[in-house]
Amino acid sequence: MPAATLEKKSKRGAFLSLAGVAAVLALVIVLENTLDPNRNIIVFTTLKKGAVYALVAVSMNLLNGFTGLFSLGHAGFMLLGGYAYAIFTIPSAQRESVYYMYDGSAINFSFPEFFSNLFGGSGAGGAAGMVLGMLIAIVIAGLVAALVAWLIGLPVLKLKSDYLAIATLGFAEIIRAIFQWEPGGRITNGANALKSFPTFNNFNITDAEGEIVLRLSTSVCFAISALCIFLIVLLINSSYGRAFKAIREDEVAAEAMGINLAKHKRLSFIISSFFAGVGGALFAMYVNQVQAKTFNSAMTYELLLIVVLGGMGSISGSAIAAFLYVACGEWWLRFLDSEAAFKSASDRWAFIIVLAAAAAALTALLLWRRKRQGARKFSELWTACLLGAVVLGYDIYYAASGSMEVPFLRTGFRMVVFSVIIMVVVLFFRRGLMGDKELPARLRELAAFIRRLAAKIRRPSAGGGKPGAAAGKEAGGDE
Amino acid sequence: MKKILALLLALCMVFALAACGESAEEPSGQSSAPEGSGESAGGDNVIKIGVFEPLTGASGAGGKQEMLGMEYAHSLKPTVMIGDTEYSIELVPSDNESTADVAPSAAAELVSAGVSVVLGTYGSSASIAAAPTFESAKIPAIGVTCTNPQVTEGNEYYFRTCFIDPFQGTVLANYAWEQLGAQKVYMLGCSGEEYDGGVKNYFEEAFVALGGEVVDANFTENNADFSSYLNSAVSEGVDAILTPVAIQYSTAIMQQAKSMNLEIPILGSDTLDNNAVLEAAQGLKSEFVVTTFYNEGGDPDFDAGFKEFINSDSVNLENNGGNDMIAAVSVMGYDAYNVAYDAIERAQSADPAAIYEALKSTNWDGVTGNIQFDDNGDAIRDVAYIKIADTANNTWENGGTQTVAE
Amino acid sequence: MQLAVSTLLSGISAGGQYALIAIGYTLVYGILRLINFAHGDVFMVAGLVVIYMTASMPLYVALPLMVVFIVVLGFCIERAAYKPLRSAPRMSVMISAIGVSFLIQNFATYYTGGLARFYPEIPFLYDSVTIAGATTRWVTIVTPFLVVALVLLLLLLINKTKIGLAMRAAAKDFETCQLMGIKINSVISFTFVIGSALAAIGSILYFTNYPSIMPQSGALPGLRAFVAAVFGGIGSIPGAVVGAFIIGICENIVKVNPTYSIFSDAVTFIILIVVLGVKPTGLFGEKVTDKV
Repeated sequence: MPAATLEKKSKRGAFLSLAGVAAVLALVIVLENTLDPNRNIIVFTTLKKGAVYALVAVSMNLLNGFTGLFSLGHAGFMLLGGYAYAIFTIPSAQRESVYYMYDGSAINFSFPEFFSNLFGGSGAGGAAGMVLGMLIAIVIAGLVAALVAWLIGLPVLKLKSDYLAIATLGFAEIIRAIFQWEPGGRITNGANALKSFPTFNNFNITDAEGEIVLRLSTSVCFAISALCIFLIVLLINSSYGRAFKAIREDEVAAEAMGINLAKHKRLSFIISSFFAGVGGALFAMYVNQVQAKTFNSAMTYELLLIVVLGGMGSISGSAIAAFLYVACGEWWLRFLDSEAAFKSASDRWAFIIVLAAAAAALTALLLWRRKRQGARKFSELWTACLLGAVVLGYDIYYAASGSMEVPFLRTGFRMVVFSVIIMVVVLFFRRGLMGDKELPARLRELAAFIRRLAAKIRRPSAGGGKPGAAAGKEAGGDE
Repeated sequence: MKKILALLLALCMVFALAACGESAEEPSGQSSAPEGSGESAGGDNVIKIGVFEPLTGASGAGGKQEMLGMEYAHSLKPTVMIGDTEYSIELVPSDNESTADVAPSAAAELVSAGVSVVLGTYGSSASIAAAPTFESAKIPAIGVTCTNPQVTEGNEYYFRTCFIDPFQGTVLANYAWEQLGAQKVYMLGCSGEEYDGGVKNYFEEAFVALGGEVVDANFTENNADFSSYLNSAVSEGVDAILTPVAIQYSTAIMQQAKSMNLEIPILGSDTLDNNAVLEAAQGLKSEFVVTTFYNEGGDPDFDAGFKEFINSDSVNLENNGGNDMIAAVSVMGYDAYNVAYDAIERAQSADPAAIYEALKSTNWDGVTGNIQFDDNGDAIRDVAYIKIADTANNTWENGGTQTVAE
Repeated sequence: MQLAVSTLLSGISAGGQYALIAIGYTLVYGILRLINFAHGDVFMVAGLVVIYMTASMPLYVALPLMVVFIVVLGFCIERAAYKPLRSAPRMSVMISAIGVSFLIQNFATYYTGGLARFYPEIPFLYDSVTIAGATTRWVTIVTPFLVVALVLLLLLLINKTKIGLAMRAAAKDFETCQLMGIKINSVISFTFVIGSALAAIGSILYFTNYPSIMPQSGALPGLRAFVAAVFGGIGSIPGAVVGAFIIGICENIVKVNPTYSIFSDAVTFIILIVVLGVKPTGLFGEKVTDKV
C-alpha cells in the first residue's frame, strides 16, 4: 500500500475513533445525569475504575506490548503518582487531621486551594481554580513518576527480558517500603493513608445550597483517561512509535537500522511511567485515599493480565479488557458470593440449562482446539469430553435431586468463577481479545466473517465442522 | 478465519457470562427487591441492612465473626414495626476482601441494592475508602470495630460503636505501666497497616508520658517469620511486647513465641481477641493480655443465646473459629445491628435520611455498654475490657476493666 | 551473641526453605524460559493438603500422600495450562502461570473460607532446642542439612542419569533437542514433578516453622525464592541454592534492626539489583549472546 493512502486511511480511522470516544463521553454524561444515582451507583463505580485501569493498562501496553520491554514496576509508578497527587492537593485545613500521627505535614501547599484563592475564593471562580489546581496536580503526579522512572531507567534498562522484569518489580517494592517508612512520615504519612483530598466528586457542579446540578464525576474520569490514551495513540503512530515497534521486533536489527536503543527504551519507559503516574492519581481519586500497601505486586500482575487478555500491542484491546475485567470481577459476578435459594422452578431450570450449556461449550472448545491443532491422539478426544461429561453429570444429578438450594454459592465463589473465565480466555485465545489489531479492524473482520457465514448458511453443503461457533451461539442464546 | 472464530467465541463467552450473571441475579433474590428501600406499599415490606465486611482476605476471620453477631441479632429481631405495617429486615452482605481498592465497588453494590443503613466494616482502611460512597448516597454507615480516628473524621455519614485507637493505645499503655510494671516495651506492627500504626503511636505517646521507653519495629505484609523480631525483643531486654496486628500475623507470632519459650508478656489490641489466636497461644509461657470491647460473662443471657446460635449451625461454628467462645467483635456486631434497629424504629421509616437523623440521637444500652454518638459520630466510651489468656486451658479469663487514667 | 546466633539460625533455615522452592523456579525456567508464578501457590496448597489430610489419617501416611498429591498437581498444571501454549508467545505462557496462581489462591480462599488454618505439629521437627542460648525448633537445624542432601541428590540425578542428560540438553537447546528424538514433553513433565516434590518437602519445613496458612501464604516465599533464583543466575541449581541462603540471611539481619525492619523485603531486591548491575545474568548465570 502506498504511504499516502495509508496515511489517509489512518487519518480517517483516527477521526472515527475520536468521534466514537466523544460519543461515549456524551453518553456517560447523559447517563450520569438521568439515571438514579443511588440505584445505579455500581455502574458508575465500575466505569470509573474501568477508566482508570484502562489508562494504566494502555500505558503498560506501551512498554510491554509496543516496545517489548517486560516491566513489572507499574504499581510502583502508580504509587508515586497517587502520593504526589495527594500530597499536593490536601487542603491545609485538613493536614493536621490527616497527618495526625506526625503533628501535621512538612509540605503545606495545596494546588486546588492556591488557585481557588487566586480566582476569588468561592463561587464559580473558586471552583474553576479548584479544578485547575487538581489538573495541575495530576500532571505533577505524572511528572514525579516520570522523573523516578528516568532515575531507575539508568541502571535497569540495560537488563534483558526477565531480569528487567524482576528488577522493575524490585524497584516497585523498594518504593513501597520507602513510602511506608516512619522517618518520612511528615511527607508520606508513613503507613497511614492520605485522604481528604479532592476527588472526582468535586467535579460535580453544585448550586449555592450544595445540591448537585450537573454530575460530571464519571465523565471527568473518562475524559482524562481518554485524553491520555489519545496522547499515547498519537505517540505510537509517530516515528517514535515506529521505532518502539522496531525494537520490539528485533533489537539488534533495530539498532542496525540506526535506532538509538538506549534513548528509545528510556523514552518509552519514562512516558509509560508518566501515564502510570497519572493513572495512580486517578486511582487515588477513585479510592478516596492513597495507602502504599494497595500498590503491591498483585496489582501489577492484575494489570499485566488485563494487557495480555486485551491483546499485547492493541490499545483498544487493553481498554476494553480493563472494563470487562473490572466489571466481571467486581460487579457482574458478585451475586455468586451470597448464599441463596431459587425462588421459582423456572429460575432453577434456567440455572440447569445454563450449566448444561457451559458443559457443552467447554467440550466444544476443547474439541475445537484439538481440531485446530490437527490432533491425532485419541486420548485428547476423551479428555476433551470427560470434562464436559463431569459437569453435565453433575447437572443431571442436581436436576434429579430436586433441591432448590443454589449449590456452591458462598463467599469467594465469585473469584473462583472469575479466575476460571480468565484461564479459559488465556488458554483458548492466546493472543487475547484483539491480538495486536485495533477495534475497527476486528469489527471489519467480524463483519466479513458474518457475511461469509450467511453465505454458507444459504448454501448449507459448505457448512459443518464448527462446533465452537455453534456452542458459542448456544451459550449466548440461552439468556 | 480461525482468529475471527476465536474472537467471536471470546466475546460470546464474556457476554454470555455477563448476561448469565444478570439473569441469575433475579433468582438469588438478595439484591433485587423492588423500589429501593422497601417503601413500596403492600406485598414485600422489606428493609435492607447492608453488611459491609471483609469475608475473605487478611481480616476475613474477624469480618466473619462480626457478621455472626449481626446475624444473631437479626435472628432475634427479624422484623420491625413501622406505623401499623410489619417490615421484615434483610441483611445484604458485600465482601470488601479486606482491601481498600475493592471497597468502593463493594460499597456501591450495597447502595445499588437499596440498603437503608450499612453496618461495618472490620478494617479501618476499607471504611475510609467506602465512606464517600455512602456519603454521596446519603446512607448512614455504622462502623463496628474500625478503631482508626480517620474513619469518622470528616465523614458525616459514618458512625461507629467502638472506642478508637487513641483510647485503646492509652489503655494498653496504662495497663503495661500499672499492672505489668513494664519500663520498656517492644512494639511490633505490620508496615502499611493504619490500625497497627495508630495503636502503636498512641501507646508510645502515653507510655513515654508515663516515663517508659519503647522500641518500634515493623514487618512487611504477608510476612510469616517473626522469630527474628521476637529474638530482637529479647535482646533489647524489654518487659512487654505490644502486637496490635491482624489475626493472620498474631497467630504466627503466638506460635513462634511458644517455640522459642518466650517469657515476656504479650499485649494485644482488640484484633487479638480471637479464638484462633487463643488456640495458637495454647501452651504459651508468657502472659498474654488483650484489650477488648466485651468479656464473656458480662451478660449471661446474651452469652447463652449466642452460644446456642453458634452451635445450631456447623457453618456458624466454623466461622467462629471452630468453638463457641464469644469474640468481642461478634458482640459489637450484635450491638451495631441493634443500634441500627433502634434508629429505624425511632425514625419510623426506612428512609436513609430519617435513619441518619435518628442515629444522631442514639442512646442505646447494648451488651457492650451504653452507646451514644458524639458530634464526630464516635461512640462515647471510657472503659475497655481486659482479657487475660489462660494458655494452659485455652480459655480467656476476665481481667476486669481499664480506664484512661486522668 | 544470642541475638546473632538466633538471627543466623533463622536466616539459614529460611534460606534453606527458599532454596527448595527456588530450585523449582530455576529448573522450569532453565528449560521453558517460563517464570512459573504458580509455584509459590503450589507450595501453599502443599501446606493446606496436610492440614485437611491429618484430619482423617495419621501424619506418617499424610505426609507421603501429600508429596504424591502435589507432584500430581504440578504435573496436571503443566499439562493443562502450559503444554497447550507451547507454541504461543512467551508472554501468553507467563500469563497462564499468573492465571493459575490466581485460580489456586481464589480456590483456596473459597475452600478454606478465607480463614487461617494451622499446620499440625510434626513430632521431632516441632520440638524446641537451645543452641548458644537461642531457642529454636529442630526444623531450623535440620533444614540446611536436608537441603544440601537433596541438592546433591538432584545434581547426581541431573549429571548421571539419562533423564538428567535429557534435561540438560533441553535446557541448552530446546529445538535441537526435539530433533534428537528426546521426548520433550516427558522431560518437561519430569521437571515439574521434581520441582513440585521439592516444594512439597520445603512446605513441610516451612510450615512447621510458620504454621498459620492463609491462601496468600505462598506468595511471599514464592517471590523471595524467585528473587533468589534470579540472584543466583536463573537456570542454575547451585546458583539458586546459594542465592536463597544469602537472601534468607540478609532478610533476617535486616529484620532484627527495628528502624529498618520495614525494608526486609526491599533489601532482598536492593541486593538483587546491585548484583544484576554488576553481573546482568546473576551470580552463576550464563552469558547470553544475541543472534540476529
